[in-house]
Amino acid sequence: MQTKFWGYRRENGRVGVRNHVIILPVDDLSNAACEAVANNIKGTLAIPHPYGRLQFGADLDLHFRTLIGTGSNPNVAAVVVIGIEEGWTKKVVDGIAATGKPVTGFGIELHGDHDTIMRASKVARGYLQSCSELQRVECKLNELWVSTKCGESDTTSGCGANPTVGDAFDKLYGAGCTLVFGETTELTGGEQIVAARCRDDKVRKEFMRVFDRYQEVINRHKTTDLSDSQPTKGNIAGGLTTIEEKALGNIQKIGRKCLVDGVLDKAEMPTGPGLWFMDSSSAAAEMVTLCAASGYVVHFFPTGQGNVIGNPILPVIKICANPRTVRTMSEHVDVDTSGLLQREITMDQAGDKLLDMMFRTANGRLTAAEALGHREFVMTRLYESA
Amino acid sequence: MIHCVLHDPKDSVAVVVVEGIKAGQTLTGLILDEDRTITLPCTQDIPLGHKVALKDMKVGDTVIKYGVDIGKVVAPISTGQHAHVHNIKTKRW
Repeated sequence: MQTKFWGYRRENGRVGVRNHVIILPVDDLSNAACEAVANNIKGTLAIPHPYGRLQFGADLDLHFRTLIGTGSNPNVAAVVVIGIEEGWTKKVVDGIAATGKPVTGFGIELHGDHDTIMRASKVARGYLQSCSELQRVECKLNELWVSTKCGESDTTSGCGANPTVGDAFDKLYGAGCTLVFGETTELTGGEQIVAARCRDDKVRKEFMRVFDRYQEVINRHKTTDLSDSQPTKGNIAGGLTTIEEKALGNIQKIGRKCLVDGVLDKAEMPTGPGLWFMDSSSAAAEMVTLCAASGYVVHFFPTGQGNVIGNPILPVIKICANPRTVRTMSEHVDVDTSGLLQREITMDQAGDKLLDMMFRTANGRLTAAEALGHREFVMTRLYESA
Repeated sequence: MIHCVLHDPKDSVAVVVVEGIKAGQTLTGLILDEDRTITLPCTQDIPLGHKVALKDMKVGDTVIKYGVDIGKVVAPISTGQHAHVHNIKTKRW
């Protein structure tokens, strides 16, 4: 396996594989100004979203953690933050500024959109031009943070695409990379397998605590047996019958060797290398957004029926082993491992094929989702606004 | 050609991995964990990705895939039949 790649080393020492200048709204009201700035300054990227007003408590903490984490991600070179008022805008700016990267905030009140857009555009232009001169440098493999989450799974996910990720994760774990998986409810039926893989009793206890908490949420709110939601209609069309079957396929992503070294809250940054479990939604865009906010720079996304998701700042590599999906949705598939199901390639070869694409993507190759403009950014909400 | 795959030799269902499987065919199944093949009958048309039963199962039986419990039988299933939401349900939630 290769041991080096070409990345952007940021002010805080972390390594990114993209060089985005983002225009980040604090709240829904600031989306229009952010999109106007991104339209003025070609090559910058606005990240609109629907939230940020009247949230409170843990839900507000998660909102800030997601925005600050997104701006702090090493795939981002510089950030312009725009909010309706200056207080919360400054909070996001200060959080991102802790990384040492260029960041400036603007509050719209007392200025209006026109003046804000003009001033923010001037700063964005300066950032874009200076960041366009940054050069990739040679980085060690253990500096790469890789996340995974699957979507529109079917039975071929569990036999082909997910174990491909598992083989690659086993190899990256051995190389000292920082890895994460999540999807708390989609472990239902396989939770004891994950618990058995936890590094020690402390991690196991924490894993079971967050797993049980999420089960309680499902039981409190469910009106049916969830047979239309988990598995989804797409999962069922693809042949998955029960949540247990889906979960056992899902768990193939963590391979056979790596241990679960710790448990993260949503959008929480890991404190060291190893495999982390993030307590998270199983909805694709929510989970991938949380991975980006936690600092991950490359994402492995296995799919069966053909999920088309991307992310604004995190390159999402799609892996598929369903021969029909590979044939009918080829523009979405980065790595075809359907040969596994015909015994044409071994799992070791499939894992290496994914790792080869990971290195090429880290070095700058655009993923299918990036080329197609998929930039789904979906913030997780915990409860109603105040 | 491999028509279906199973994970563990104890599994009671296998996944069809090619399109166009018809009733009456004899299927070649690959046991992934052991890298060896078996043959089995198929008595119904089964779409790509859907499961074929490897044994007769009665209501209340546990369905095994990946070598572990994936749910319960809610309508009788015979060897070679299509096994899915019409005859298997979750034991959770």
